[in-house]
Amino acid sequence: MSIDWKAYDPRPFFDELIAAPGQPRIAARTLTDYLASLDDAEIRSRKQAAELAIIEMGISFTVYSEGENIDRAWPFDIIPRVIPRKEWDVVQAGLVQRLSALNMFIDDIYNGQRIVRDKVVPEYVFANSRNFRKQCVGHSPPYGVWAHICGSDLVRDGSGTFYVLEDNLRVPSGVSYMLENRQVTKRVFPEIFENSNILPVDEYTTQLFDMLASISPRPLDYPKVAVLTPGIFNSAYFEHSFLAQRMGAQLVEGADLVVEDDDCVYMRTIDGLERVDVIYRRIDDEFMDPEAFRADSMLGVPGLLRAWRAGNVGLANAPGSGVADDKVIYTFVPAMIKYYLDQDPIIPNVPTWLCTGEKEREHVIAHLDELVVKPANESGGYGMLVGPHSTKKQRAEFAELIRKDPRNYIAQPTLDLSVAPTLCDDGLEPRHLDLRPFILQGVRTDVTAGGLTRVAMKKGSLVVNSSQGGGSKDTWIVDEEA
Amino acid sequence: MLSRVAERLYWMARYIERAENIARMTEAFHLLALDMPRTETLSWRGLVAVSGLDAIFEEHYQREDERNCVKFLLADTYNPGSILSSLRAARENVRTTRDLVPTAAWEIVNELYIFARDNVDAAIGKRGRFEFLTSIVGRCQMLTGMLAGGMSHDAAYDFIRLGRNLERTDMATRQIDVGAIKLLSRKDTPEPYEGLLWTSVLRSQSGFQMYRQHVRRRITGPDVVRFLLQDLAFPRAVAHAINQSQIAISNLPRNATPLRYAMQARRHALDADVDKLIASDGLHDFMDQLQLDIAQLHGAIAGCWFPQAFDDKPTTVENVTPTA
Repeated sequence: MSIDWKAYDPRPFFDELIAAPGQPRIAARTLTDYLASLDDAEIRSRKQAAELAIIEMGISFTVYSEGENIDRAWPFDIIPRVIPRKEWDVVQAGLVQRLSALNMFIDDIYNGQRIVRDKVVPEYVFANSRNFRKQCVGHSPPYGVWAHICGSDLVRDGSGTFYVLEDNLRVPSGVSYMLENRQVTKRVFPEIFENSNILPVDEYTTQLFDMLASISPRPLDYPKVAVLTPGIFNSAYFEHSFLAQRMGAQLVEGADLVVEDDDCVYMRTIDGLERVDVIYRRIDDEFMDPEAFRADSMLGVPGLLRAWRAGNVGLANAPGSGVADDKVIYTFVPAMIKYYLDQDPIIPNVPTWLCTGEKEREHVIAHLDELVVKPANESGGYGMLVGPHSTKKQRAEFAELIRKDPRNYIAQPTLDLSVAPTLCDDGLEPRHLDLRPFILQGVRTDVTAGGLTRVAMKKGSLVVNSSQGGGSKDTWIVDEEA
Repeated sequence: MLSRVAERLYWMARYIERAENIARMTEAFHLLALDMPRTETLSWRGLVAVSGLDAIFEEHYQREDERNCVKFLLADTYNPGSILSSLRAARENVRTTRDLVPTAAWEIVNELYIFARDNVDAAIGKRGRFEFLTSIVGRCQMLTGMLAGGMSHDAAYDFIRLGRNLERTDMATRQIDVGAIKLLSRKDTPEPYEGLLWTSVLRSQSGFQMYRQHVRRRITGPDVVRFLLQDLAFPRAVAHAINQSQIAISNLPRNATPLRYAMQARRHALDADVDKLIASDGLHDFMDQLQLDIAQLHGAIAGCWFPQAFDDKPTTVENVTPTA
């Protein structure tokens, strides 16, 4: 029994592959035709091949559970998600626009705060922000870029319009899975790649290296680049080592680095101490340098901030970038784009209520059963309330939390996230998904061709985080005109 | 190259080599046990003694029977020298140095560990044992071959080579020490089985065929000891392995101290008069001394290139008093 697209009905949601039962979207047609040509056993065997490849390639992520770290195989659905190139070009321009404005904002916040004086963004939103670093005031890194690597989460609503759900500017993860997903898909469906124009994603690590090299304080042909990881117990360790390997960079832990009296950063190597020019740090600000931030951090490098301020080392992302990674600041991004670039935002924000004004706050509290409430500074899908799936008790708790700390909560409507056919126990079923493209800004700006598609494997669920049972799909940007 | 990474690669190689050695040794013993007449009882405990882990064994077991000894050597996770523990440690070390070793090497080690974990139970009983152990040895060699043929022979590779050869030396000296000395001093072994026992010692080091080709004599105790200690061509002989370590060390930067210790150990191994040592009952003391040489060499390597080299306190090199 093969796949019958007439029997697959995604309604009432927007489906990424199928316009209506039996009608695949144009860009997805090569894929859907091919899938329809496979019988059930063949599809199952491809699925098994993918699972085997993932175990063999050691693609894993770490979850902390019952007191120990468990390395789990990466959850992956073999049916790719397809986006037409023409549509993607617009999204890409929107992402470049967005990150440019965000970086101008961060640079402004630490250098004069013009945007506050012009009353576009009120002072309170970052004055109390957990991610504002007073140690960074007055410093401006090369090109005025603070957030060099950004992972923005995009969703589509019922009409198919893309929205930005949030911008991850601290240490966004997931890009290695985007690259590995493609490797696995190439193993599983080599035939389709021959007959379609799917944009390659492999350039990412080269672009990442070039971007990092572009912020080196020493103008060398081969600056020493290191990836700073908190270590093997971090949930994204796989990615840290993957990226280091692909860039030919050193993967270092805090204990491998030392800042000497000359305010330069050195690695402990078999040749003795060796200078480091650029550090792609995958450690949060607070743990990065016990001398400047949390003194109890065992992961960081004492003096790292000193070295960065002295201009002796490039840090990506720069410390303090997280100030713009805040769901309250998020609501001001369209205003920032207008203010700094004098442009209209290409990709809209999801409509968002702040809770600081009394009228909005009471509206949110009165409509908790319809809204999604998120803490301003959490990531990974933790600490949120999904109204329609919540209990009365949970809503009462959140009303209390919001009243106590209105600055720290925002609310958004529950979106009809788009779906895509996903291989489940009983064949193909629609499942909700989002998309995390990665944007790199240094001397130039690059956007990944697509990104990491995360899919909620449970029926009806909107939670896509891998730590909470989400899976992923390969994302194809298909050029149907080529 | 990072000191921490150098250390992990070194240990990765040691652990892989250790797993391979235990597998080889258990396999040889297993075959020997099948050959011995029922009146002759072999002590499986002797295998535990070779690995130098008597104390941990005694802590967990009262009976020294085949099952317990094999389980201890192959599967027990509280035995840091068991095949499973060694492979897990090797995997952890590769997992944390994945940016330096070829991806295929990580895949081999990862699969090797998963294979061992999922199949080790079958090897505790006699029936599945041979297949399991052969597979472990084969997969370990696959990694060695993959690294030899697929990784640049740079500093990272030299640390792998160092780990492998130091572990080999360590194992070979133990084999000679425990296996051979016991045999040489046993007067009660009936003549016909002596050859069989020596053959087994050789097999533990995969040296039977090579011995045959190069020594071309009846298998006798002193000849086997000489072969395993001093042969420069046989990869598992002490002299060869130290030689390889010395070559690896000479490729690395700032190598004066470790090089000195390597040359010293090599000289000790090659200069020994095996017949005299056996005649004077001095073989055991000599092997002890050689093991100390190897421990000092390890200390010198660690003190020169591993993270402890950056500690303010004096490194182990200075803490070990060179003897002889």
